[in-house]
Amino acid sequence: MSIRDQKRALFGSRWLAKAITGVFVCLASAWAGEAPNFITYTHQMEEPGNLEIDTKGVIAKPAGGNRFLGSAMEFEYGTTGWWTTEFYLDGQATASDSTVFTGFRLENRFRVLPREHWINPVLYVEFEDINAADKSLLEVVGHDGNDDFLGSNAEARQEKEREIETKLILGSYVKGWTIAENFIVEKNLRHEPWEFGYAVAASRPLALRAKPDRCTFCAENFQAGVEMYGGLGTHKDFGLTDTSQYVAPTIAWQLPNGPLFRFSPGFGVTAQSLPMLFRFSVSYEVAQAGRAIREMFAGDKGRR
Amino acid sequence: MTRGLLFFAALAIAASLAALGRPAGDLLQRVPPAAAKRRNPFAGSEPDRRAGAKLFRQECAACHGRDAKGIGKAPPLTNPLVRQADPGKLFWILQNGSLRRGMPSFSHLPDEERWQIVTYLKSL
Repeated sequence: MSIRDQKRALFGSRWLAKAITGVFVCLASAWAGEAPNFITYTHQMEEPGNLEIDTKGVIAKPAGGNRFLGSAMEFEYGTTGWWTTEFYLDGQATASDSTVFTGFRLENRFRVLPREHWINPVLYVEFEDINAADKSLLEVVGHDGNDDFLGSNAEARQEKEREIETKLILGSYVKGWTIAENFIVEKNLRHEPWEFGYAVAASRPLALRAKPDRCTFCAENFQAGVEMYGGLGTHKDFGLTDTSQYVAPTIAWQLPNGPLFRFSPGFGVTAQSLPMLFRFSVSYEVAQAGRAIREMFAGDKGRR
Repeated sequence: MTRGLLFFAALAIAASLAALGRPAGDLLQRVPPAAAKRRNPFAGSEPDRRAGAKLFRQECAACHGRDAKGIGKAPPLTNPLVRQADPGKLFWILQNGSLRRGMPSFSHLPDEERWQIVTYLKSL
């Protein structure tokens, strides 16, 4: 490498380092303050202009199959106070098999009532373009179960799943408790039946009153709860027969400088369910992302 | 033609000024009387004011600025309208927000933490 090339490379790496530093300096974090649930949505919307980046994982071993790690990278943006939009990229890795990208999801949530009520409804619409190898387990519907995780990735990837999923989300805050119920309807755009599912959750911060000083391990930074979710069959055979059902304690820890960690061990309670699931997530919320990026590229001019 | 344009320009300026002056006052007027009567259990408590300042930095500063002087559409919270407002009104606004104007609801915060933020806002 010539001296000129070395200089150019050095200049390039410095520029990259500056850009990365700039991102972390300029993009102020915001507190997500989210419930610790993985499956159940509450009626809390993303704050307008904020961007949350969340990586969710689930580790499980189906009976008679190989252990897998399913993951979803989520970008959630508060378009307005009543409209939140999200984009997901899904993938998975299965032991003794392969690591594959399994598709994307685009979802929108709309808050129906402008003020807080005893029960607050939110409408949810999602388009999924994934394949049958997807193991992110972001919802359980119909007769989803252990057998869906036994095929090889090569076979499962051949089967496309283009689906529309809708949810009615109901949420309440009662004396520090967050309570949420989701009713799920999913339809594969091919000729497959309507599938139903549900998720319910309750959670609470470990302390309701904040301490005066910034702290990492104080109780107000932790939330704990439990969620339950599962399939409800299809429009031809609605009910709990041959469905998967899970119960999962949940815990979330919000660090003072922004990142939110969540963990949840889930227990399958029917023969169709996976015996056990370990879910984890790390998320970071960028406050006023659009404005911060504009300022970052505009330098001093953008801040004025 | 020119008169018409001037009229519309004046109307637009008046509307913008009205919108600028609106945020705190207009929202405060929409609070139901029963909600306005609620009393702040932490009024005058220094630890709770400091806790409120911490919560303000976490939850509100991104839009209203660390100094609460407002950024862009987010109004300043240092103006006398906020300082003189009934604590119950501020609490109600934090709980319900104003989704149409981009002010989110902070109902996910426990009541205690919202009162702590109110305690801080009243001290600005």
